Amino acid sequence: MERTDILAAQGVLKTFPGSVALDRVDFSLRRGEVHALLGENGAGKSTLIKCLTGAYQRDGGVILLDGAPIDPRDPLEAQKLGIGTVYQEVNLLGNLTVAENLFLGRQPGRFGLVRTAEMNRRARALLAGYGLAINVGASLDTYSVAVQQVVAIARAADVSGKVLILDEPTASLDAREVEMLFEIVRKLKARGLGIVFITHFLEQVYQLTDRITVLRNGRLIATRETAALPRKELVTLMLGHELQEAERPVRHAPQEAVAERYRFEGFGRSGKIEPFDLGIRPGEVVGMAGLLGSGRTETAELLFGVHAADSGKATVNGADVTLSSPRAAIAQRFGFCPEDRKVDGIVGDLSIRENIALALQARRGWARPLSRAEQNALADKYIAALDIRTTDREKPIRLLSGGNQQKVILARWLATNPEFLILDEPTRGIDVGAHAEIIRLIEKLCEDGLSLLVISSELDELVAYSTRVLVLRDKRHVAELTGEDITTTHIVDAIAAAGAARSDA
Amino acid sequence: MNPAVSLLRRLTPQLVALVLILFLIWLVFPSFFSLTVQNGRLYGSLVDVLNRGAPVALLAVGMTVVIATKGIDLSVGAVMAICGAVAAASSVRGDPLAVTLLLAAATGLACGVWNGFLVSVFNIQPIIATLVLMVAGRGIAQLVTEGAILTFVDPALIFIGSGSFAGLPMPVVIWIVFGLCVAVLLRRTALGLLIEAVGINRRASTLAGVNTPVLLMAAYMLSGLCAAIAGVIVTADIRGADANNAGLWLELDAILAVVVGGTSLLGGRFSVVASLIGALIIQAVNTGILLSGFPPEFNLIIKAGIVVVILVVQSPHVETGFSIFLQRADRSGSTEKKQAA
Repeated sequence: MERTDILAAQGVLKTFPGSVALDRVDFSLRRGEVHALLGENGAGKSTLIKCLTGAYQRDGGVILLDGAPIDPRDPLEAQKLGIGTVYQEVNLLGNLTVAENLFLGRQPGRFGLVRTAEMNRRARALLAGYGLAINVGASLDTYSVAVQQVVAIARAADVSGKVLILDEPTASLDAREVEMLFEIVRKLKARGLGIVFITHFLEQVYQLTDRITVLRNGRLIATRETAALPRKELVTLMLGHELQEAERPVRHAPQEAVAERYRFEGFGRSGKIEPFDLGIRPGEVVGMAGLLGSGRTETAELLFGVHAADSGKATVNGADVTLSSPRAAIAQRFGFCPEDRKVDGIVGDLSIRENIALALQARRGWARPLSRAEQNALADKYIAALDIRTTDREKPIRLLSGGNQQKVILARWLATNPEFLILDEPTRGIDVGAHAEIIRLIEKLCEDGLSLLVISSELDELVAYSTRVLVLRDKRHVAELTGEDITTTHIVDAIAAAGAARSDA
Repeated sequence: MNPAVSLLRRLTPQLVALVLILFLIWLVFPSFFSLTVQNGRLYGSLVDVLNRGAPVALLAVGMTVVIATKGIDLSVGAVMAICGAVAAASSVRGDPLAVTLLLAAATGLACGVWNGFLVSVFNIQPIIATLVLMVAGRGIAQLVTEGAILTFVDPALIFIGSGSFAGLPMPVVIWIVFGLCVAVLLRRTALGLLIEAVGINRRASTLAGVNTPVLLMAAYMLSGLCAAIAGVIVTADIRGADANNAGLWLELDAILAVVVGGTSLLGGRFSVVASLIGALIIQAVNTGILLSGFPPEFNLIIKAGIVVVILVVQSPHVETGFSIFLQRADRSGSTEKKQAA
């Protein structure tokens, strides 16, 4: 058995001031194996990866590559030893060509000049091995994230060639692209590489991986054969407790009697989203489904005033309102949790306290500051209520895990006492535990009488909490499902039916 | 943590640097700290540092806020020249002091509005947007002075440059009072938080309802106002407006003061008080070099060297290295104690 392990870590220990990030974790990776590394955010996955690649210096334990102890001081050295890493955010240079990205730092040259033709020829040959025939002379950012991901993998496998670490490679890919990526991973596996695969999608774990290692709170919980580990048991291992079954709860009583609080008529903006009609009642969760680019985010941004509508009108409790800016929307007690948390949501260097207080403070205006005591009370209240895991409310928010960042953004809006919350992919990139908590939170807010509009790519989730589901396609609202009609099958049908109608036309 | 303690911790590197510089000057010029009182006013090299540092200290106040919004204001030197020229022209015309000062302040604010407009409404990169006025500003100042050095004799205006109050020269009183007022205003209201939020993530702040355009505009207006005050002081000090040389290259010293004060050019967390100390450090270096009697050709080179040392010492890498060093020294010290026992 020992012979087949290409990479083995034994008793890896990593401490940070005040916490133990990895508590003597063992990890082994076989030749020609896809090994899933799972755990909630903060379980120690990235810390382990960083110790393996030399981004962090471990405080104890040994790492064996091909049976020989290694001690990489930085990722570059690990790369030379044979351990390549591809991160969720592709870390290549978008303004260089595909070929240049593949051969950066090792361009074929003659007399100090780069032989571009030779480089392009080799790049084509390399990518052909992955079934990708693209113009290698074009700059990388003209291609989709999926293609960029493949280029990153091709480069890492070519440079390193023993171990490949994929850190959430599928987070921003659609189903077809994921399948393409999996094909490539299987090819690399057949070539004898050991592959570490980190993801939040359990579905993909069962499709692709041979073994699973679960970490929790910096400890190794288990390493099992994927085929011998039922899904429910896996979730239990990850969470340490049984997850509530995500099944359709008791249907909300029909609310025809309650008057609509918000009414948008003929609301739209050319080039963004076709005009649509939408009414939302208090205590209602309107789900929004559709493929990427179908106009879901555009709808949300229009309602929140990020882009002003160029047609139609909006009314709140029967009175006309203009939603020309986020400030105008916030004045009507709207709140918006954007899809891209890191870019549009968090203010990274500010503390959790300041991030929570920000929207309320902005609405009060600069001359009426919240006192430090008020901010502290606000922060403590939401850290407790939403179970935000942190050592300290003064910690910069960028140091929190994705799920906790999302909770802070939610807290920022809840602090303003909103009446209408728009959540764009609230559970994306969040671990299973936080996922369930956020869904529970959505249901609770709805019981409290808030109106919610929730965009999600996870149809199970939409089915679980929506009182109505809107289906979008090609920047148009194409269907609305209510009551018993809300099932994943119906949503998929609605998306597909709209597509069929379009191809008929 | 107690806010006073965290402020002190924030200011420690700057204070240490200032003390070190003053100590070095004292080594080469032992009478540096001697103060004398003549006609109810303090004299001495230390007072001189505070006095000569006034323009850069004032500019650094506005520059800190602009840099905190992830911007930069290259035009402050030229705005100083414009406002000085406006003040001189007004004084020559015979306007009362209040009118002269209001005109100068209004001119500075107008320059800030122009910069703020380009940055917040047209989304032009701050370095380019303010470069426009940096270049054009001296031309405007020359138009105001009609190409000559405009001299004036109004004693009230001259008093601002060379008078004294409570034993201190007027410029010192002005920059300390103004600087502390701005620092208190920013921290006692929510402005400080909102400015930092915009500087760290403008898009997220806008989505959270922060009135970003107005805030950016205000930052550049404050910078313009600071330049106006500095311009009036410089003009009053030499009793004339010199469109070509007033505030020349001071924008660079002001940026340097902010950086030495530990505010990142990438925006976000800032401290006005730290920038004021930064301005003092720079002026102490200038004065120290003059006092030490080096040939003047070396001044700029020595200054550059000292600034590099200060910045390197402040860099996070060195700081971590230093704390590791301290821990090791601590550990070996404790083992020695154990052995002794």
